[in-house]
Amino acid sequence: MDVNQFSVAFRDNEIIQGVLKEIRRTVTHGWVIMEICGGQTHAIMHYGLDQLLPPEIELVHGPGCPVCVTSLELIDKALAIAARPDVIFCSYGDMLRVPGSHRDLFSIRAAGGDVRVVYSALDAVKLAQQNPDKQVVFFAIGFETTAPPNAMSVLQAKQLGLKNYSVLVSQVCVPPAMHAILGSPANRVQGFLLAGHVCTVMGYLDYLPLAEKYRVPMAVTGFEPLDLVQGILQVVRTLEKGEVQVQNAYQRAVTAEGNRAAQAIIQRTFQAVDRNWRGIGTIPMSGWGLLPELTEFDAEKRFSVEDIHTAESPVCIAGEILQGLKKPHQCPAFGQQCTPSNPLGAPMVSAEGACSAYYRYARVENL
Amino acid sequence: MISSDKIPPLEGPVCALPLRHSEQIVMGHGSGGRMTRDLIEKTFKPFLSSPALAAGNDFARVAANDSGESGGRLAVSTDSHIVTPLFFPGGDIGRLAVCGTVNDISMSGGVPLYLTAGFILEEGLQVEVLQQVLASMQAAAAEAGVQIVAGDTKVVERGKADQLFINTAGIGWIPDGRQIGGEQARPGDAVLISGAIGDHGIAVLSARGELGFEADVHSDVAPLNGLIQAVLEVAPHTHVLRDPTRGGLATTLNEIAEQSQVAIVLDEAKIPVHTAVRAACEMLGFDPLYVANEGKVIVITPEAEAEAALLAMRNHKYGAEAVRIGVVQEKPAKRVLMRTLIGGTRILDMLSGEMLPRIC
Repeated sequence: MDVNQFSVAFRDNEIIQGVLKEIRRTVTHGWVIMEICGGQTHAIMHYGLDQLLPPEIELVHGPGCPVCVTSLELIDKALAIAARPDVIFCSYGDMLRVPGSHRDLFSIRAAGGDVRVVYSALDAVKLAQQNPDKQVVFFAIGFETTAPPNAMSVLQAKQLGLKNYSVLVSQVCVPPAMHAILGSPANRVQGFLLAGHVCTVMGYLDYLPLAEKYRVPMAVTGFEPLDLVQGILQVVRTLEKGEVQVQNAYQRAVTAEGNRAAQAIIQRTFQAVDRNWRGIGTIPMSGWGLLPELTEFDAEKRFSVEDIHTAESPVCIAGEILQGLKKPHQCPAFGQQCTPSNPLGAPMVSAEGACSAYYRYARVENL
Repeated sequence: MISSDKIPPLEGPVCALPLRHSEQIVMGHGSGGRMTRDLIEKTFKPFLSSPALAAGNDFARVAANDSGESGGRLAVSTDSHIVTPLFFPGGDIGRLAVCGTVNDISMSGGVPLYLTAGFILEEGLQVEVLQQVLASMQAAAAEAGVQIVAGDTKVVERGKADQLFINTAGIGWIPDGRQIGGEQARPGDAVLISGAIGDHGIAVLSARGELGFEADVHSDVAPLNGLIQAVLEVAPHTHVLRDPTRGGLATTLNEIAEQSQVAIVLDEAKIPVHTAVRAACEMLGFDPLYVANEGKVIVITPEAEAEAALLAMRNHKYGAEAVRIGVVQEKPAKRVLMRTLIGGTRILDMLSGEMLPRIC
């Protein structure tokens, strides 16, 4: 596949300007739209798309960054496990920079811990096969997008009879988080761009009752600039008509039912559990944990770290940013004490975090 | 669906304690980005300083003797080379070690003349591997027209080094009248690049076999002294030459903007990136603007000489894809701006620490 050819059409300035013109023609009213996914936040900032929208449309940035919402408690557990001499700790790259209570995975690695960045959970299973004398632990974080490959690694380890592979699970799900945002008395969000990759796996039928209950239109949206302006146009059109719909502006990847095979793998591995979202709090049934019959692969149980408890220290406004109540530059620490090389909060850490997006693609007018 | 009464209350401000990594070295300190700069500023500078170091270039411009009366000045530079694997598509640690220092010297506008080479060998390294590296150094030095005039070898116990580390240092001669450096960029200057970015970083990553896919990318590692002399013949008033190595194009331009107290404005559509590099970056969540190059040079030159400089590069084998990518402006000083493909503007920051692949 030639990625360039594939992406060029979705970055075509002329077509994008046409859709922007249509948005300007349609909008008559101020609207607050949240893009749920951190990947979309970054695409918007990367292309400067927010500067090209009419002033009536305010984009707010949702909690769709798995690094940002992973609880401090789980990060401290990860650090405790990774520091053990018998462990090879595997993680997706972003997670290394997230500070726990006192350390991060970089510090653990610098102090001699075996911490490795993997590109796929299945690479961690391979490491377990290659290192039978070591315990290999994979930090299974992410939304519905990473759930199938992370689940697959557990199923594969079981099939291979591996006794030295386990996962530290911090899977989270989008719909319960949207429910929490929309149900909050402080909510300002009137329309949603749904996360295209999440919907590729899960479809979008789960969002219909949510849209109905809170009377908010939604559009499944991709990550290229043309995808984003099309998603925005669909939501604005629906808002202007006073209707409620869940539309699909990412048809080349997403179907209503989603990827059934991937969903089946999730169901064979995980069950819904309550999960603590950093900056938001515990949301009931908002994540996935391992099924009881797979507990032998649960790193929390294998390494007895269930008793680690932590307290956050109040320094920044990450919580309000993750809920779309405030913009990153409204934080007094932003760009001063808090930068990507010295993050105070998780949204500044991750490549997908809203603060990091604001910092890296900072606006000229904010200088 | 969960019921409304179970919605969590707002927890309010939540955050983790800052980690400055000021107590122990982490990999990010070697990224070439902001963490590297902080380490130099806060840890090295209090102990090691001189006017040449303070200039902040990859080379030192010094007088040949104290009186400085003889013609021209000397350019001095040093660079340590570590790379895994030792051999990668398009090059190896030997070629890298010679070209790295030749290029650092060349960025002064000077003519590189002599190199020294220091080797740290790990116990157990195959002599045949060392010979291959040395043959590659010999070939690169011959191509660049420099002599390796002094050397040193140390062996460390197995596990105390990763096969082979090479340090090279070099001396070159800067003709009178050349005042090229990162602090010389002026508003109105054109910003040129000698070719496509990101090849070296992706080639090395791909050679490690960790990508899960094969990328047909060759490192661009090359000695640039010939190309630079060709540029300076037709663009003698060139202000800045710098090779965007670790930290990539974005980090290097930020350093220049800061040194020269100017703004650099880039046009995203003009920045050359090979298809395979862009594809690999898209899949991994890397930005080619931050990926290392070992055979590219940024040329910042007055507009009047820009076209001639471009032509000179395009006529050289290491500059066939040279293009104009932006301009220097007065404001906002010390910033690099990017005009995006769709007409927005964003600020391009330097790399902060270690470059990490994204989750999804």
